[in-house]
Amino acid sequence: MDFINLFLKAAFVENMVLAYFLGMCSYLAVSKTIKTAFGLGLAVIFVLAITMPVNWIINEWLLADTGIFGTDLTFLRFILFIAVIASMVQLVEMIVEKFSPSLYNSLGIFLPLITVNCAILGGSLFMVSREYNLGDSIAFGLGSGFGWFLAIIAIAAIREKIRYSNVPPALRGLGMAFILTGLMGIAFMALMGIKLD
Amino acid sequence: MAETAIQEKEPLFSSKERKLLTDPLSTNNPVTVQVLGICSALAVTTLFYKALVMSVAVVFVCAFANLITSLIRAHIPKQVRMIVQLVIIATLVTIVELVLKALNYPIYKELSVFIGLIITNCIIMGRLEAFALSNKPWRSFLDGIGNGLGYGFILLVVAFFREIFGKGTLFAGSPAELKLIGKSIPSENIEYMINTAATSGWESWFSWYANNNLMVLPASAMFVIGIVIWVQRSWNKDLVDIS
Repeated sequence: MDFINLFLKAAFVENMVLAYFLGMCSYLAVSKTIKTAFGLGLAVIFVLAITMPVNWIINEWLLADTGIFGTDLTFLRFILFIAVIASMVQLVEMIVEKFSPSLYNSLGIFLPLITVNCAILGGSLFMVSREYNLGDSIAFGLGSGFGWFLAIIAIAAIREKIRYSNVPPALRGLGMAFILTGLMGIAFMALMGIKLD
Repeated sequence: MAETAIQEKEPLFSSKERKLLTDPLSTNNPVTVQVLGICSALAVTTLFYKALVMSVAVVFVCAFANLITSLIRAHIPKQVRMIVQLVIIATLVTIVELVLKALNYPIYKELSVFIGLIITNCIIMGRLEAFALSNKPWRSFLDGIGNGLGYGFILLVVAFFREIFGKGTLFAGSPAELKLIGKSIPSENIEYMINTAATSGWESWFSWYANNNLMVLPASAMFVIGIVIWVQRSWNKDLVDIS
């Protein structure tokens, strides 16, 4: 039950994009069509769900002073976390390039840039500061990935529809996406502070 | 002889080099045109001073990460390039963090998480991928400075509006704090330039004024950036999104 709660909380109440505004760069740039948004969203879920437990193991077994080295190595946390994330993203890049070249081309530079998606490093850092255990970190990784996926699908759907509306030319595209995200963020603010226990 | 000829062909600051510095400030701005580095832009723009420190840190990291990557670009295998780039960035960010800790501890404490998140600032990684891996060191260095400044410029514009309308101050948290508009409390030595609590004189005309709390919320940063983009694209029609 705890895992389901944590999953729902990470996906809806504390949505990475709409409550913390993490991972905005690729969220704004790849949300022009639902198809590419869907592909990137899946990639982010995958990377988050894998890096979270791996980083948990690294943090507890290698870096903490109760780990195998017996000394406090937490100053290496940033570099090790980002190295794990980067290798996972490289893996995903290879998989996507192999199985879906068209998606690979349409994602372009934003596929390697998942590495620097703040949501992923931010997720690992939240996990450390909130002292999750291994099971929690898996549920949290899946939940926040799913929340990010939902947010990018939602904005992509709105942007596809808004193309038929009469928006001032200078605000078309990116400018409107910013304002929409701000509105969605205010809407999600209503969910903040809700406890699911 | 051949060497001097090459040097004459490539002066330190040709118009091409100058373009590298000025383009990111307007027509190729990292935030409003390339859409990179938004995450931190939202969090640190509540106060102008925070945004200023953040901009300086990003200019430093961006310029030197570009320079170092460009110097060793011939030796980085393509498959592990991202890890190499991230180690370079993470090292530079650690330097910034330690320097800031030593120089100005209060602002370090306010920024600490977001100094760490410079690592995941897409501008830096984006420029390494798109520019430094295929260009000479000096040009990459200039490109890094230009993009850092372009990011800092937007950050400062957003922070300026958010701080003035949200708090009625400017440079809060720094020694040069300016209190522009708000209710003065003489007993606590808080005095604003325009005192909205005044009952007489021209200052009393502003008695209706209240700080806009929406400006303190992260969502307002989205609105302000949206408006900045609107203004910029009304100015420069070439940037208008036709898709």
